[in-house]
Amino acid sequence: MDAYLAAIAIVALIYILLALGLTLQYGLTGLINFGHVGFFAIGAYAAAILATHGAPLVLGFVAAAFFAGLAAWPIGLVSLRLRDDYFAIVTLGFSETVRLVITSEKWLTNGVQGIPAIPRLFSGLTVGIGAQLAVLAVLLAVTGAAVLAMRRIVRSPFGRIIEAIRDNEDGLRALGKEPARFKVQVLILGAGLAGLAGAFYAHYITYIVPDQFIPLVTFYVWMAIIIGGVGRISGAVVGTALLMILLEGSRFIRDVVPGISEVEMASIRLGVIGILLVLFTIYRPQGLMGDFSRK
Amino acid sequence: MTLAIRNIRVAFGGFQALDGVTLSMAAGDLVGLIGPNGAGKSTLFSVVSGFIAPDSGEVRFGDAPLDGLSPSARARTGLLRTFQVPREFSHLSVRDNLRAAAPGQVGEGLVGLFFRPGEVARQERAVTEKADAIIAFLKLDRVADVPAGRLSGGQKKLLELGRALMVEPRTILLDEPFAGVNPVLIAEIVERIRELNARGIGFLVIEHDLQALTRLVPVLHVMDRGRILASGDPAAVLDDPGVRAAYLGGVA
Repeated sequence: MDAYLAAIAIVALIYILLALGLTLQYGLTGLINFGHVGFFAIGAYAAAILATHGAPLVLGFVAAAFFAGLAAWPIGLVSLRLRDDYFAIVTLGFSETVRLVITSEKWLTNGVQGIPAIPRLFSGLTVGIGAQLAVLAVLLAVTGAAVLAMRRIVRSPFGRIIEAIRDNEDGLRALGKEPARFKVQVLILGAGLAGLAGAFYAHYITYIVPDQFIPLVTFYVWMAIIIGGVGRISGAVVGTALLMILLEGSRFIRDVVPGISEVEMASIRLGVIGILLVLFTIYRPQGLMGDFSRK
Repeated sequence: MTLAIRNIRVAFGGFQALDGVTLSMAAGDLVGLIGPNGAGKSTLFSVVSGFIAPDSGEVRFGDAPLDGLSPSARARTGLLRTFQVPREFSHLSVRDNLRAAAPGQVGEGLVGLFFRPGEVARQERAVTEKADAIIAFLKLDRVADVPAGRLSGGQKKLLELGRALMVEPRTILLDEPFAGVNPVLIAEIVERIRELNARGIGFLVIEHDLQALTRLVPVLHVMDRGRILASGDPAAVLDDPGVRAAYLGGVA
């Protein structure tokens, strides 16, 4: 496998982890989380700070998931008191707050300069693209485990309850179930997945700055699950893969159409994704893999 | 378990939706509640089930006061309700709608789900069996695997009743179980309610279809403008001049 493909696959898998978290929160439970990147950022910085201070890398990954999940806890408690649309705004505000805190707290995060020289995973494997393949293998295993765990959840009593919350919360309360506990758990789990994705990201990119954690990242993940089909685990995977192919593939437009600058290219990519999203909502609103309905 | 509703008052802004409603029914009673639109019937259900907090008054179920309890806590005492506009879990199958209502599931906790798979599987089998029995009782077999959002209005009414039955109810508040339901199915639902009542489940039924309701209930309460206007034997109550005036919308 060539290094370029391995690189795309690694980034795609990181985004799939993010998409799985959002699928749990929005697709299955109906929680409109517009601040997913905030949890991603917390995970990335937790792993980066620990690794650059000499902590064992495994500890960094655990801390990434833990702190991202911990940050979701108060957000979850807030969510219980808010209507859906207000919750969306709160989460968006949360992720921007995270970014501003990271930018300002230089003693911890090195501010806008960011954290350089984050150790690569498996840097001992120097032959060819051995290290990259090892990272890919670990990511595949982690993503696979996440998919299996989510499948278990979807087919369980817990999964029925969160889907019932999405479909009709009052209907569920009238049956003696309290949605609150489930919503908080789902937010923490989804945030934990985002945090884990952040740790992989930091160790792969090896250099993180606050500007990498803008709301656009959140909305890439939203695009991916909408294209793939919200409420479907397979939709998260397929949608993210397709989004990555489009984002990367549009690079090659320049080989066909001459005279496009790097800056113009970035805008064209977003435009292509935008048009695709519009076409999807018109012609296949349920996404590639179908939507909520299990049957 | 006696359901005792005492002197409930609720105002929405300047509109007095409930103006001192007092009503009680004994365990296993079958009681009808009628009244013109806007009389406050559904508001009363929402107060009793905890979705709306009253300005004053109290609700007791058995020995326990329900005031201050959440809707879910009230449901867990065995006091269930259905909704005028059905609140089905539209993307879940009929069977899963019922299974979601089952109380005490180990698999609803993440720890139990991943670390006690045997217990979860055992409960799932029991819950599925119970749900299928209720589905058969309500004659929803043919749509058991259909997403609830695709059911007809009448089937959704039955589905809500079925979900309530999963919770081991003592009393069920039914909000317009016959609205938008075809006559054949109405007769069916009346029959099912009778059978359930014979097993000891109490029903308080809001309904506009007076013919169907008077066939079903021995006791009728009439509400108008947030008050109970008349109570008692259906035939006598419907003959009451005040009730007639309220229903015809004229001046008494």
